[in-house]
Amino acid sequence: MATLASTQPFRIGISGHVLDDLRARLHRTRRTRVLPGAGWSGGSDPDYLDALLAYWRDEYDWRRHERELNQLAHFVADIDDVRLHYVHEPGLGVRSVPVLLLHGWPDSFLRYRAAIPLLAGADNDYADDLTCDLVVPSLPGFAFTGQIGPPADIPSIRSSARLLHRLMTDVLGYEQFVVAGGDGGSAIAQSMAIQFPASVIGIHLTDIGWHDHGEPLTAIEEKYLAVIRRKFMEDGAYAAVHMSQPRALAASLNDSPAGLASWIVDRFHSWCATPRHLEQCFTKDEMLTNITIYWATQTIQSSIYGYLAEARQPSLGKGDHVDCPVGLALFPRDMAGTLPRRLAERTLNVVRWTEMPAGGHFGAWERPADFAADLKGFVVAVSDPLTQRAFDGHRARKAI
Amino acid sequence: MDIARARPFEIRVDESVLADLDVRLANTRLPPLQGPRHWDAGASPVYLHDLLEYWRTHYDWRAEEAKLNRLGQFHAEVRGADIHFIHERARNHARNKPPLPLILTHGFPDSFTRFLKLIPLLTDPAAHGGMAEDAFDVVVPSLPWCAFSHERRHTSGLFGVNDIWHALMTEVLGYERFGAHGGDWGSTITEHIARSHANSVIGIHLTDVPFWHSLKTPDDLRPAEREYIGHIQRFQQEQGAYAMIQGRKPQTLADGLNDSPIGLAAWLTEKFQRWSDCDGDLDSCFTKNEMLTNAMVYWVTGSIGGAFMPYFDVLSAGPPRWIAEAVKQKIGSDEVPAAFAMFPKDLSHPPREWAERFFNVQRWTEFPRGGHFAAMEQPEALARDIREFFRPLRNVQ
Repeated sequence: MATLASTQPFRIGISGHVLDDLRARLHRTRRTRVLPGAGWSGGSDPDYLDALLAYWRDEYDWRRHERELNQLAHFVADIDDVRLHYVHEPGLGVRSVPVLLLHGWPDSFLRYRAAIPLLAGADNDYADDLTCDLVVPSLPGFAFTGQIGPPADIPSIRSSARLLHRLMTDVLGYEQFVVAGGDGGSAIAQSMAIQFPASVIGIHLTDIGWHDHGEPLTAIEEKYLAVIRRKFMEDGAYAAVHMSQPRALAASLNDSPAGLASWIVDRFHSWCATPRHLEQCFTKDEMLTNITIYWATQTIQSSIYGYLAEARQPSLGKGDHVDCPVGLALFPRDMAGTLPRRLAERTLNVVRWTEMPAGGHFGAWERPADFAADLKGFVVAVSDPLTQRAFDGHRARKAI
Repeated sequence: MDIARARPFEIRVDESVLADLDVRLANTRLPPLQGPRHWDAGASPVYLHDLLEYWRTHYDWRAEEAKLNRLGQFHAEVRGADIHFIHERARNHARNKPPLPLILTHGFPDSFTRFLKLIPLLTDPAAHGGMAEDAFDVVVPSLPWCAFSHERRHTSGLFGVNDIWHALMTEVLGYERFGAHGGDWGSTITEHIARSHANSVIGIHLTDVPFWHSLKTPDDLRPAEREYIGHIQRFQQEQGAYAMIQGRKPQTLADGLNDSPIGLAAWLTEKFQRWSDCDGDLDSCFTKNEMLTNAMVYWVTGSIGGAFMPYFDVLSAGPPRWIAEAVKQKIGSDEVPAAFAMFPKDLSHPPREWAERFFNVQRWTEFPRGGHFAAMEQPEALARDIREFFRPLRNVQ
């Protein structure tokens, strides 16, 4: 295929002007307390946010985090007229399997930061001689990839999947690879598996995303979906806003660091393993590095547009089935708890099912060792020719 | 008037608030251009850009403030809340016909400014093509958590506002019996006044049927009612996000809106655009001054979170609250005469029989033009309807 694709090294370097402006805004932040004494019950806890904003203003050192992030090998690839940012860390083992790691919202490539050395490194217990060649992009609309295409465009799960496939094949030259993802990254991984079955040898997910299940479901599945619906009514307003009026929201979040921090923190709090002890899951530095990236790249609007695109035209519809081997690593404190295996099997060819001992929606970030061990186990299994045949047999039996 | 309790009030925003606003407007980071054109994804980038430019270069808060201060404004401590209200007495009224007191209640995303055009048409009908005997003494309070009102403890919430309003009218202002008008949350509160204080209320005039009646649908719906309920459900699915976030996460949303003037204006004007009869062009219905003064009322008081309280109260209300409300509905207070002024571009279009389930409907008017903000969009038509509805009720004591 004739391609217009090239790549070059990239370093993160946020301009001093942006950081000075950020600090000035933090100094003039106008705080409000809507429901005194409400804690987290009316949204972000004002006490937590006050402390986070003070830390951001007075102590947080972006340049130190920037230096640390630049220890990773960053690149930008130009694919047609799109510039895509990604981290590319080759595996250090004798044999390496390429693995694409896809984040979601409201996180970023930082989701996999702690897992990267565990997956690429050869010097650990469970790796024997196999490691992972890791590709960790900033998804279209996010961080250093940012808004892509002409202003009228909104990236969908499907179009992002196509672009990432080109990154892996045209730019990086991988013929076959594993895709791992969570949240929006899970949906993109599934879309890649469906669109490019010859390239994707397996997908590893920390959640199954959302599907339209037309068929009658079992009582256990219905019960789980009812929990999801109830959760959505109680805690899903953010998504409803993203789907219907993202611009009305983005006008404030792109102009107010406090507003942006609150919107993102609210989600990390709801979805982490121990909401009562948020800082045990995410330190202020971790939280703020993620938020500062959204702030500095002005990508909050482009990052939430995907909800609108999917609400208008879902990328994964009825009848979309993932046939390649699927590994599920499920963290017990994810949004609605552990899903029924039967529900996952309706759309996914589940060959590995791991119920983690602890962790929440951002499992790869919160429990990097558990996540890396499970992903590695999956990669070993799907890349081993014998295991691959066993999976094919499994699939054949199911088809009968 | 109980002078001890009502203190005259003038809006005088501190210079430092305006200086800070100037800095924010000068440094505003508008979101990058992306997505569908116009208002399709929540706020038109073109409109926001123009609004920001106007705000920076033309808008004059001090001039707007002086205009607002031409109205009689007061503060009064009522039921633990410090209520800001406009009190404008009737002018040129017929000597033998005392003016009728009328309380007007605003909703979201408007404020007391919703009624600025309506007030003179009601206090001085003779000067506006009406009859002197139709004059009203008009009272326009700011909801207890909005604008220049304060409620230190969020005690009674939405369901207690009617008691505050009743005490304001009777104890503070000394009116024994009065009429009430409202739209949006204003119609819910107006209904509550009629149910809880029927003896004081001679009639209520609403621009919508309070939406909460649709939360519990009866089994014997007629076709027109079924269509209306279907419409409400579609509205909630397609456009209900603002209500969900304001009710469930008021703090999270307010954190951004209270810190970004353009963010606040975007959130508010989006609703004016969707809910008015502006055929897509907000400027054709509302001047930028109107939009900005409404936003400024929330900005200078830092009270946008307060505007979310009714949503929070309704979404957090448990079964005991709804049972209490249902009981009120049963104890005869629905005898208060009610009028409905329905405007074609409002959010929903209930049939008259739906309103008759809950109200003693004496008047039902469907207007050819206008939307959710009738008092701002069609003040003359609305004023005529209010005058005509209350005319026969004035003498019934």
